[in-house]
Amino acid sequence: MKDRVVLRDGMEGTRVVVGMATCGIAAGARPVLNAFVEGVNKEGLESSVSVTQTGCIGICQYEPVVEVFEAGQEKVTYVKMNPEKAQEVIEKHLKGGQVVGEYTIGAVTA
Amino acid sequence: MIRSQVLICGGTGCTSSGSQQIQDAFEAGIEKYNLEDEIKLVRTGCFGLCELGPVVIVYPDGTFYSRVTVDDVDEIVTEHLLKGRRVERLVYDDHGKAEADEFGNIALSDTTFYKTQNRVVLRNCGVINPEDIDEYIAMDGYAALGKVLTEMTPEEVIQVVKDSGLRGRGGGGFPTGLKWSLCAPNKADQKYVVCNADEGDPGAFMDRSVLEGDPHSVIEAMAICGYACGCTKGFVYVRAEYPIAVKRLTIAIEQAREYGLLGTNIFDSGFDFDLEIRLGAGAFVCGEETALMTSIEGNRGEPRPRPPFPAVKGLFGKPTVENNVETFANIPQIILRGADWFASMGTEKSKGTKVFALGGKINHTGLVEIPMGTTLEHIIYEIGGGIPNGKKFKAAQTGGPSGGCIPASLIDTEVDYDNLTAIGCMMGSGGLIVMDEDTCMVDMAKFFLEFTVDESCGKCTPCRVGTKRLLEMLDKITSGKGTMEDIDRIEELCNYIKTNSLCGLGQTAPNPVLATLKFFRDEYIAHVVDKKCPAGVCKDLLTFTIDPDKCIGCGLCARNCPVDTIEKTDYVAPKHKRPSYRINPEKCIKCGACMSNCKFKAISKQ
Repeated sequence: MKDRVVLRDGMEGTRVVVGMATCGIAAGARPVLNAFVEGVNKEGLESSVSVTQTGCIGICQYEPVVEVFEAGQEKVTYVKMNPEKAQEVIEKHLKGGQVVGEYTIGAVTA
Repeated sequence: MIRSQVLICGGTGCTSSGSQQIQDAFEAGIEKYNLEDEIKLVRTGCFGLCELGPVVIVYPDGTFYSRVTVDDVDEIVTEHLLKGRRVERLVYDDHGKAEADEFGNIALSDTTFYKTQNRVVLRNCGVINPEDIDEYIAMDGYAALGKVLTEMTPEEVIQVVKDSGLRGRGGGGFPTGLKWSLCAPNKADQKYVVCNADEGDPGAFMDRSVLEGDPHSVIEAMAICGYACGCTKGFVYVRAEYPIAVKRLTIAIEQAREYGLLGTNIFDSGFDFDLEIRLGAGAFVCGEETALMTSIEGNRGEPRPRPPFPAVKGLFGKPTVENNVETFANIPQIILRGADWFASMGTEKSKGTKVFALGGKINHTGLVEIPMGTTLEHIIYEIGGGIPNGKKFKAAQTGGPSGGCIPASLIDTEVDYDNLTAIGCMMGSGGLIVMDEDTCMVDMAKFFLEFTVDESCGKCTPCRVGTKRLLEMLDKITSGKGTMEDIDRIEELCNYIKTNSLCGLGQTAPNPVLATLKFFRDEYIAHVVDKKCPAGVCKDLLTFTIDPDKCIGCGLCARNCPVDTIEKTDYVAPKHKRPSYRINPEKCIKCGACMSNCKFKAISKQ
């Protein structure tokens, strides 16, 4: 039954923030957000990872944008996300601790 | 999959300012944007900051929206829930005092109102849905009952409660463990647990909020008490004026029965316990334990002499343990986290925390829970946000009509049972009414006395006649007909009522008068000798006058006077064109309408 109240525990641990402004939604941020919420719960990460949304991040051409904040580490920005990529980020990054380099903003703009 | 939960306060305060309509609007908005599978609405108990209600919190961000109206809901749904943008104009910023985190969020626990609170009794209030037993269980609910029934003997339970140092939160401060141990050894075919939820003090709403926000904690604690003291039946005596509390408690009892947490053979331990609700009709005297039991028995709520004490001969003539809602709400936490943990909070003789209902002239009206020993200054200026309109703090009334006032000179008093008793106040059940310089202390004492005169059950003479005579003497003083001898006679009568009344109501009724006489005697003397009310409250001692030189002769006062007592004079002040007005003191009813309508501050009262 803990899952019914775990959202109210506060924002400890890792935060996954999905850009959900008009530009993000138009680019398909909603399925990405839902993929993250479902994936995190499926993997049993809900007590250490919180999934939230934010407004426009400012790089509309790269939407859907997802940022991952971990305590003591640099922010990781994933761009042009889709539900499949989200699944991979959950598997490799959130679970395995390995940043999925090919989807980050650095890989796209470099 | 639910990605976000929206918590809406469903306490009485926020409900009366429209939180049900807000919930309906949220439901409509969520349906409109097809968010049913992503967003969950949760109606909780009181968050505590009633002054800013209706309150809405969005998790997981923890965004705290205050004073939400139905018209704001659509914006919250489209902006925050759909697009993830906070509606900044509704976010509570604690007047810029709290620091936001890197995402711009201000956590509730970082605001000055919540920062120094320590929520034990209120830990689930505003966090869980009180109508859903699963949410309570998810917060370790009923774990204490399980632990007690499967791992502990009744003696061990009583010992833990004794060691914790918990004292009755209803006002008297009697050690709870001792109370239980007095009842436990008494043999009888039926013994009872009674929960006193007849919260009658004007301005107190702690017990109501606990029942509304976390009813299961009280049910669990009553079952634990039943096990420790050998009682198999319990009654919750709650005021019929608390419909939301009654409804949630009823639902909670039904759910607990369904889950086998009430009834027979609980947790396969062979222990049986069940609960019933009894509604009180709102008589103040029924908060007194013997009157309360008489009322449960179906008789007129009148106290009876003690001894025999309820532990020996209580409800229906059987041994009975009676505790207050807040006392019970502490028990599951004490069992789970241990007596040492509880005893580590508070002062030497008063352990744990205390819930106060802050009211009166204070910025943050609401419910606070603080460790015993917190200073009054901290409660009023830090947590309570100070006095509105820059007025000066004058006194705080604790314990309602049974308590006394703490004057500004003693604002650094550490609030616990013994310190308050030492200065002639009492802890009471937790109402804390703050008064500023515009309050007349004689008038305040009169107000509380009027209440006890009304509520005296009439069984014993000192209370029935004594309080009435006392009120008459106070009336004499506030109407300017008092003499210095009256003050002495008031004191004498107060002490007589205190020593000779049958129950707590009469024994404490003179306290507001005695405390104000002790700390504000000069105000009484001003009423008697100078025939003046220093705070400008007592109408019979006031005169309203118009300064003819400030009056420009607009006539606004005369037009607003309900008794047509303001008339034009022949005097025209230099620089003014029209003649000034004057008030005829014989016809004036001292309503103050002229003063509040004068734009030139030409009218004064003395």
